[in-house]
Amino acid sequence: MLIDPPVSSQLLEFLDQNGERGREMLLPALLETQKIHDFIPPASAEAIGTALKVPLADIYGVIEFYSMLSSQPHAEIPIRICTTPSCASQGSGDLVMQVCQHLGVDIGEATRDGKYIVEEVECLGLCDHAPGVLVGDAMVGEATLENIFNLEDHPHSLIYGDPLYLMARAGVIDPLSIKQFQEQGGFKGLRKILTLAPEEVIEMVTASRLTGRGGAGFPTGLKWKSCAEVDRFPKYLVCNEDESEPGTFKDRALIEGDPFTIIEGMIIAAYAVGAGKGYLYIRGEYTHSHQVISRALEIAAQEGFLGKDILGSGFDFEIELRSGAGAYICGEETALFESIEGKRGFPRIKPPFPTTHGLFNQPTVINNVETLANVALICNIGPEEYKKLGSEDSTGPRLFSLSGDINKPGIYEISQPITLADLIYEKAGGVRNDKEIRTVLLGGAAGKFVAPDQLDVLLTTQGTRDAGLSLGSGAVVVFDEDVDMKFVLHGLGHFFAHESCGKCYPCQLGTQRQAEILDRNLRGQALPGDIERLEDVIATMTDSSLCGLGQTAGSAVGSAIKICPEYFGIEEVSHGER
Amino acid sequence: MNEAGKIVRSTCPYCGVGCQVDLQIRENHITRVDAPFDVAPNYGRLCTKGRYGTDYVSHPSRLTYPMIRKDLGTHPRKPIGLAGFRRASWDEALDLAADKLASIIRENGGDALGTFCSAKATNEDNYLFQKFIRGVLDTNNVDHCSRLCHAASVAGLQITLGSSAMSNSIAEMKDLEVLLITGSNTSETHPVISTFMREAVVKNGARLIVADPRQIEMTQFADYYLQHKAGTDVVLFQAMAHVIVKEGLVDKNFLDERVEGLEAYLPTLEDYTPEYAEEICGVSADQIREAARLYGNAGAAAIYWGMGISQSVHGTDNAISLANLALLTGNIGRPGTGLNPLRGQNNVQGCSDSGGLPNVFPGYQPVSDPDVRQKFEKLWGVELNPEPGLTTMEMVDAAEMGVIKGYYVMGENPMMSEPDLIHARHVMEELDFVLYQDIFMNETGEFADIILPAVSFAEKEGTFTNSDRRVQLIREAVEPVGEARPDWEIIQDLALRVEEKLGRQNSAGFKFENPAQIWDEMAELTPPFQGITHERIQLEDGVHWPCPTPDHPGTPYLFSDSFPRGKGKLTPLKYRPSAELPDKDYPLILSTGRVLYHWHGGTMTRRSKLDDIYPEALVEIHPYDATTIGVDSDDWVKVRSRRGEIEVKVLVTERSPQGMVFLPFHFVEAAANILTLDARDPQAKIPDYKVCAVAVEKR
Amino acid sequence: MAKDRTIQLTIDGKKCSVPEGTTLYEAAKSLEINIPVICLHEATTPEGLCRQCVVEVEGWGRLAPSCITPAEEGMEVLTESERVIRTRRTILEMLNASVDLSQSPALQAQMDRYKADPERFPGAKKREKVILDDNPFYIRDYSQCILCWRCVQACADDMQYTYALGIGGRGHDSRITTFFDYPLPETTCVFCGNCVGVCPTHALQGKTEHLLEKGLQHHEIRARRREERNERRRST
Repeated sequence: MLIDPPVSSQLLEFLDQNGERGREMLLPALLETQKIHDFIPPASAEAIGTALKVPLADIYGVIEFYSMLSSQPHAEIPIRICTTPSCASQGSGDLVMQVCQHLGVDIGEATRDGKYIVEEVECLGLCDHAPGVLVGDAMVGEATLENIFNLEDHPHSLIYGDPLYLMARAGVIDPLSIKQFQEQGGFKGLRKILTLAPEEVIEMVTASRLTGRGGAGFPTGLKWKSCAEVDRFPKYLVCNEDESEPGTFKDRALIEGDPFTIIEGMIIAAYAVGAGKGYLYIRGEYTHSHQVISRALEIAAQEGFLGKDILGSGFDFEIELRSGAGAYICGEETALFESIEGKRGFPRIKPPFPTTHGLFNQPTVINNVETLANVALICNIGPEEYKKLGSEDSTGPRLFSLSGDINKPGIYEISQPITLADLIYEKAGGVRNDKEIRTVLLGGAAGKFVAPDQLDVLLTTQGTRDAGLSLGSGAVVVFDEDVDMKFVLHGLGHFFAHESCGKCYPCQLGTQRQAEILDRNLRGQALPGDIERLEDVIATMTDSSLCGLGQTAGSAVGSAIKICPEYFGIEEVSHGER
Repeated sequence: MNEAGKIVRSTCPYCGVGCQVDLQIRENHITRVDAPFDVAPNYGRLCTKGRYGTDYVSHPSRLTYPMIRKDLGTHPRKPIGLAGFRRASWDEALDLAADKLASIIRENGGDALGTFCSAKATNEDNYLFQKFIRGVLDTNNVDHCSRLCHAASVAGLQITLGSSAMSNSIAEMKDLEVLLITGSNTSETHPVISTFMREAVVKNGARLIVADPRQIEMTQFADYYLQHKAGTDVVLFQAMAHVIVKEGLVDKNFLDERVEGLEAYLPTLEDYTPEYAEEICGVSADQIREAARLYGNAGAAAIYWGMGISQSVHGTDNAISLANLALLTGNIGRPGTGLNPLRGQNNVQGCSDSGGLPNVFPGYQPVSDPDVRQKFEKLWGVELNPEPGLTTMEMVDAAEMGVIKGYYVMGENPMMSEPDLIHARHVMEELDFVLYQDIFMNETGEFADIILPAVSFAEKEGTFTNSDRRVQLIREAVEPVGEARPDWEIIQDLALRVEEKLGRQNSAGFKFENPAQIWDEMAELTPPFQGITHERIQLEDGVHWPCPTPDHPGTPYLFSDSFPRGKGKLTPLKYRPSAELPDKDYPLILSTGRVLYHWHGGTMTRRSKLDDIYPEALVEIHPYDATTIGVDSDDWVKVRSRRGEIEVKVLVTERSPQGMVFLPFHFVEAAANILTLDARDPQAKIPDYKVCAVAVEKR
Repeated sequence: MAKDRTIQLTIDGKKCSVPEGTTLYEAAKSLEINIPVICLHEATTPEGLCRQCVVEVEGWGRLAPSCITPAEEGMEVLTESERVIRTRRTILEMLNASVDLSQSPALQAQMDRYKADPERFPGAKKREKVILDDNPFYIRDYSQCILCWRCVQACADDMQYTYALGIGGRGHDSRITTFFDYPLPETTCVFCGNCVGVCPTHALQGKTEHLLEKGLQHHEIRARRREERNERRRST
C-alpha cells in the first residue's frame, strides 16, 4: 500500500534554493527526501521533478537504481549488515539471523513501529573491524547484537607503517585542526606549486611516475596533461571517494584521519589542469567521513585555501561535496559523472575519455583519494625523493587494506617493495590461531585468488603482473584453511550480480548466471557442465563488457577455478583455453 | 508479421503533417500501423491517431449502400437517423440526385446550389468535384472547411505576399535556430511536427517563444512564454514589431530589395509600445522586448501558427501581424525561416490547391480572370461562370434567405463545425434538397435526402497534399466495403447523368479510368504541378510543389527570390477588440479547439478505439474559477451562451487562464458550437471560434 | 582533421575504404558482411548494450562493439573469430535463459546461426510473465523484454520527447517502468506507439495484433473493447 505524505516544507525550501541548478541536484534532493520521510513519496518526487525539470519516469528510475533510496515506506533506522567475504568470513551471516530474531522480523521487513529494518549489504569499508554494520548513520565495528543497539564510538582506523608518509598525520592530529595539519607539513606542497606554472606542476607529477591508486593504475601525470591540453572550459576536478571494492578501506581512513591532505591534493590537481570547480564524491554509506570532510571543507574555505584568489595566487577553486546513494558501480569514473549529473550510474562508452569529455561533458580529471594524498606528498618532498619510495615501476608509498583471518587487520603503508607473504606474516602478525592460509584474495572482488604457493609475489605493479595478478585497490583478504570457499565464491557472485548496473548484456546477464551457478554450487547441487558454463560466462564478461565491473566480475571466480577447482561442482574439472 | 498479411504504404488520413504509414493488412483489416524510418516527413514517428486510429475504416456502421430518405419532400426536413432512410441502388440514387440537381439548375440556376468539397478526400476527388460544380452545375459556389480553419491565414498571406501556403518545410524544423509558435497547441494538433520542434530545442539548442492564452505543452520547452489574453494577438505582435524597429533589428537590405510599404507602415507602429501591449494583452513589457529581441537578432527565425490566429474576427489582421514581423526582419525565403500556418486536415492544402474554393480554379488561378477562364473552358469544352461564388458561411446566409435551395456535401460535417449550431441547423431544415456523400452517417447526413456511400483513404488511390506542400500517395490497402465507391467515381457517374438530364451537347469530360489520369489533367492546367505525376511521387515518396517541370526537384521552401505579388507588403493594422467579450451575464471567455485523441466532428474518432481513452467532452476550468463556481474535476456543469447551452463534465486545470474556459468541439452530446457565435472576419469570412462569452454553473 | 578523410582498414581479410567516423559495423556492411545485432536500430541512438556485434581487432585486449567503434586507419578486424563466436553464442544463451524469445524470429534466427543451446542455463531467473493491459492501444509483456532501451529512447530524445518511460531496478532486475509503475494512462504517455514501432520483440504489442494472435476474431475484439469501455465507465 502506497503512502503519500504531502511535500514537506523542508524539501520545498531545498528546491527553492537549489532548483535553478536543474538535474544535477536530483540526487541531493532525493537524499534529502529520504532523510525526511525515510523513503521517497510520489508527491515529493513530483515536486522535485517540477522544480528541477526532470521527467518523472527518470526520477523513479534513479530512485530504484540506488540501494539507499527507497520508493516504498522503509524504516527510520536501517540496520545494514555487510555480507561480503571479509565480513562473511567473520560470521556476519549469523549476525543477520540474530538481529532478525531479536527484532522479530525477516530480512527486508520493517519492525511494526517502523523503527528498524535489517538489510544485507555489500562491503561497507569496515573490513578491519569485521563484521561491519551501518546502523542508521552510525558505523559499528566488530558488530554484535549488543553494540548494534548500544552504539559506541566510530571505529578507529588501524594504521601501520614505518615510516608513514601518506598516513603520517591520520590518527595523530585532530583531523579538523588546520593548524595541526600545517604544523605537520600540511599545505607545504600547495604553497610550493602555487609559485610554479601549471605545466611545471604536471611535469613534477609526471616525473614522479605516480600511477592511480583507485585500481586502474593509470599514470597520473599523463591524465593531467591530456586534460590541461584541451582548450575548453569550464574544467572539473573530481575526487573519487566511492571506495566500495570489497576489502578496501584505506580511502575512508584518509578522509577521516587527514581530510585536509585530500583537499590539498585536489587544489594542486585543479591548479595543474585549469579546473575552477571540484566535486568530492563520497559513497553514501560513509556518513562519518561525510561529516568530517564537510567540516574540513568549510574550515579550508574560511582560512582562504578554497574560494577566490587562493593564498593570493590568483587561482580560484571551490569544492562541492556530493554523496553517493549505494552503488558500487559509481566508483567507475564515468558512472560517477552520471551520478553527479543526477542520473542512474551507467558507465559511458569510452572514447571519448573524461579528460576531454567528462563531467557535464567537459574536460575533467578524476582522481582517487589516495592518489591525491600522493600528489600532496610529491609536491611537498619533490619527485626525486618520492621516487626513492616504492619500486622502479610503482613509485611512492602504497596503502594496503588487510582483513580476514589475520592477527592485525588494518591499513598498511608500504614504502619499500614487499612480498605478499612478508606483508601477511612479517607486518600483519600472521594468520589467526596459527592456521594455514587457504588463499588470499588480492585486489578485492575484482581481483584474483592467490594460491598458497604464490605468496612470494612481489607487491609492485610489475611484480604482480608477472605473476598474472594485479594490485587493484590494494585490498588483501586472507582466508585460512577453515574457510568455506563455496560460501566465499557464492558471496562474490552475489556481490557482482547485486552491483551490476544492468546496461550491457554480458554483465547484466553474466553476473546473474554466474551467481546462479555459484548458488547451486554452495547448496551442493552443481550440475554437470557448470564449470564450462562459468568459463563461457566469464570469458564473455571479460571480453565484451562495457566497463571494468563486468570485465573483472569473473576474475576472482576464474582464478579460483584454476587454483582450487575442487570447490566447484562434483566432477573432474576440464580447464578452458585460458 | 503474419504470413497471410500484406503491407501497404500510404499516407495518414488525419492531420496535415501527412505522415507516411505502412499499413499491415490481414483478412481485409488494418491490424497494425508502422512508419518507415527513412521517409519524409515523419521518419518513423507517428501519433496515436495515425498509429491506432485507423480502425474506423472497418467499423460496422460504415455506409455500405446508397440510401434515400423515406419522407422525401417533407418540409422542413428534420434530422433523422438511418432508420429514416431506405436502401437504394446506385442507379436509383444517382438518377434521383441528378434529377433534383438538374431541376434546381433549370428553375433557379446553378447559383441556387451550395456545395462543400472535402479536405479529407484526395486531390483527384476534389478536382473532379469542382470540375463538376463549375463545368456542369454552372456555379462557383464550392468551398470547404478551410473556410472555418485557415481562411484568415490565407487571406493575410495573400495580402502581404500573394501566397497562401506554409512557406518552409517540416524537414527544416529540427535544425531551427529560433521559432515562435502561436495559436497552435502543436503537441495535440500536429503531434509529429511538435516532436521535431522539441528536437530542435532539446538536441540542437533552438530557442522557442510561445504566445498562447493557454499554457499548452510546448510552453515546457519555451524560453519565453507570452500568455496573452485571447483576441489581443495584433497588439502583441505589433508591439514586437515596434521593438524590432526601434532597436534597429530590421533587415535593411531585405527591406530595400524585397519589401514595399515601409513608409506607410512605420508611423502606425508608434502607439504599439510594449507598455501599451502590457495593458491590453497582460504580458509584461520586458518579456515582449526580450522575445522581440530574440526573434529580431536571430540569424534565422520561423513562425508557426494555428487556429488561435486564424479563427478570429480579426484573423486576417492576426496573420498580417505575423507576416509583418517576418518581412521586417527578412525571416522568409531562406531555410529555417518562414511564415508557416500549420494546415489541419490531411488534404486541406490539397483541397484548396485543387480548386475547392469559390473564387479560384486549381492552383489559385482566379475565376474572374478571363485568360485563366479561357484556358479551363478550352480543356473542359464548356463555358464557365465568371462570378466568384459564395464561401461556406455565405452559403449558409444565402440558404437562410432562400437564395440557395440545395446542398451537395462531400466528406464534410458542417452540422458540427459551423458556429451557432442551433441557428445553422434551422437553416438546413429549410433546404429543398440535400445530397450527402460520406463514409459514415453523421450530424449533417441526418438532414440528407440522398446518402451516397464513399470509401475511406484505405480503399482507394489518389494523392494528399500535406501542410508543407508535399504531394504524397495513398494506396488501396483493403477492399471497398459493401457497395461504397471512391468519391471521384461517384462524382464522375453523377456528372454524366446530370449532363444528360440537362441535355448538354458537350461533356466537360468525365471519362477517367483512374485517379492518375485525373491528376494529369489537373497538372496540365496548373503550372506549379506540371512536374508532378503519380509515377514520380511513387519513385520519390513525395514531391513539394511548386514543381513546374519534370526535372525540377520540387520546392521545400518558397520565396527565395521573390514573392508571388512581387515584393512583400508591410501592412498597417489597427487593433479591434473581439466581437463578444465577457459581461456580467456571461462572465467567462469560451475558447474552443481540439484534443489529441479526437478529430473535428468526431465522425472518425468517435468510432475508433481512440474514443476509449477520451470518451467524453471535458470543459477546462482554472482552479480559481472552479472554486468560484463551486465545482471540482468530474463534476457536471451547464455552459450557457446567448446562442444555447450544453451540459458537460469539468476538468480543473491551470492550463486555461483565469477567466477563460476551453471546450473541445468533437462531442455531439456537448457540442461546443452550440455556444459559439457567427461573427466573421470581414476579409476571410471565417467565424471566430476562439472568443465568445459564456456563463458556467453547477448543473 | 579534415571531415572528409577516408580510412583504410581490413575486415576479414578484405580491404575497405570508408569516410572518417564510419563505425566498424557500417564498414563491414559496405563489404556486405552482416554483423549480427540486437539492440541497434536506425532510429535510436546506439548505446552498445547487447555486445552481440563485437568483433576482434588486432592488438586490442578486449573485443570491440562494432556498432559504436569508429574505424581507424590500418585496423585489422575479424568479425567471426572464435572469441567473437563464443561471446555471441553465450550472450544468446544467457538472454534466452532470462527472456521469452519465442516471439522474436530475428533472435531465433541468430540462435540457429550460432548454434546456441536454448537450455544452456537451467535454474535461471526468468522475467516474470505478467501482461500489463492498462490502455486501449497496446499491451506490455515484459517477460519478452530484452532491455534494448529502444522504447525509452523513442519516448525520450530519439523521437517523441514525452518521457513517459524509464529504466527501473538495477542489474539483472532492471526493467522498463513508468513513474511509480503507474498505469500508462496516468503518465505523460500519449499513446503514439513510437515505442511499439521500435520494439524488437512482442514485449510491446498493439492490442489488436495481440488479440488476433491469441485467436480472437475481429468482432470478438470489438465486443471485448465494448466490455472494457463499459467496465471503465462503471468504475469512474
